[in-house]
Amino acid sequence: MPNGASMDDPLSRYRPIVDDYGAFRAACERPLPKAVRVNTVKATPDEAVAALEDDGVGVERADWCDTVLRTDTDRPGNTWAAVHGWIHGQEEVSAVPARVLDPQPGEAVWDACAAPGGKATQCSALMDDRGTLVANDSNLGRLSGLRFNAERLGLTSPVVTNRDARNYSLKPFAFDAFDRALVDAPCSCEGTIRKNPDALAEWGEGYLDEISTLQTDILRRAVQATRDGGTVVYSTCTFAPEENEAVLDAVLDAEDCRLAPLDLPLTHAPGVTEWDGQRFDDSVARAARIYPHHNDTGGFFVAKLEVGA
Amino acid sequence: MSDAGNDGSQFDRLPATDAERTDPERATRAEALDWWDERFGVPPETFADHTLWEKGAGKVWLFAGEATDPTEGVEGLGMTFLRTRQEHWKPTTDAVQRFGRHATRNVIELDDAAARRFLAGEELEPEWDGDWGYLIVAHQIAGRTEPIGVGLYTYDTLKSTVPKGRRREL
Repeated sequence: MPNGASMDDPLSRYRPIVDDYGAFRAACERPLPKAVRVNTVKATPDEAVAALEDDGVGVERADWCDTVLRTDTDRPGNTWAAVHGWIHGQEEVSAVPARVLDPQPGEAVWDACAAPGGKATQCSALMDDRGTLVANDSNLGRLSGLRFNAERLGLTSPVVTNRDARNYSLKPFAFDAFDRALVDAPCSCEGTIRKNPDALAEWGEGYLDEISTLQTDILRRAVQATRDGGTVVYSTCTFAPEENEAVLDAVLDAEDCRLAPLDLPLTHAPGVTEWDGQRFDDSVARAARIYPHHNDTGGFFVAKLEVGA
Repeated sequence: MSDAGNDGSQFDRLPATDAERTDPERATRAEALDWWDERFGVPPETFADHTLWEKGAGKVWLFAGEATDPTEGVEGLGMTFLRTRQEHWKPTTDAVQRFGRHATRNVIELDDAAARRFLAGEELEPEWDGDWGYLIVAHQIAGRTEPIGVGLYTYDTLKSTVPKGRRREL
């Protein structure tokens, strides 16, 4: 196993790349704060706060994003605000990739791995529910959750599809390329350790090879399906460079795209350019590694790609 | 343009008006929007940027984006909007929650306790002197009147049509 980690303690392999390893491990042990995102298609942040407070829920606004609220209840779904689709339970850091993607009203946007729909519905809201938001997932079982969420949030821009993202066809659509695409890839989910203590149970190097091939194939298809000048965002909830910078490195080699600088109003570390004896393209340092101890969130990786000329 | 018949596996765009209709049973865009206007006073301009589509027998969808006509191979196209091809057309909970706030008639406002019972799926006997049939059921929240869902009012009772998966005990 690389970097002397053991199966008993997979996180120990990140000791060489994490800025404050003790704080990192301590944060991974703490439960995750609860957060919701305001669905601005139906309500303003002020209205959502008022409705939650009327239901006796304590609310704190995130300073980096006006639609992210931290709540003091474990069950924000059991409120009038949720019944009306004014809010959606969504971990704070998972609101980052849609913000980085920055979809605009009227655009054609693809969320390649969309279920259960937190990021896709956030994209729709950022588009003011105008345009086409193609929310795809290959897993039919997870698709029902996506549809339920999109319906409750009252959105009219999502098109829901159930296909393999790796060879995705734009045939049903009235356009031949997307303006933007989000690949929030299936991953080993180490970053979700705070909400799911079993996240590391199936971890292993064989799994890493398999998942990084899948991630690379999906991201390549997203770059191909996005117009010249368009934007592709790649994100995962894992710390593994094999699933993050190595995937970017492979896609930079294979497709016409480049890393764009990120303007991220959250504490983060740059992407790593070396790992386990492998050297990556220097530009992968433009990606962001968000560790749990940085902002008291889950762990996350996000990168922004510009497509073509 | 859509085929004469109705194909349950694809989304067919509603014809704009009766003159363009090939399937005599299919609702037109004008009929669907007039229905919202007549029943609830929601003006047709509310949906000026949307297209209307039918999939299956009578389920009409409201879509903000671009798609070819017909569209095949997709699970959903926007939101479900209206149930047609039956004697009494029925708006969906999703559409009423989103667009019912523009309604000016056939809206029944419940107090907090009654609103909670309606959300839980209970049948109520509220004061109502208006029309029978499908009503928008609303309550006060955060300083405004907000629709919860669709109620069916007949014989002095208001039946909750909130779908089972959306019912809650608050």
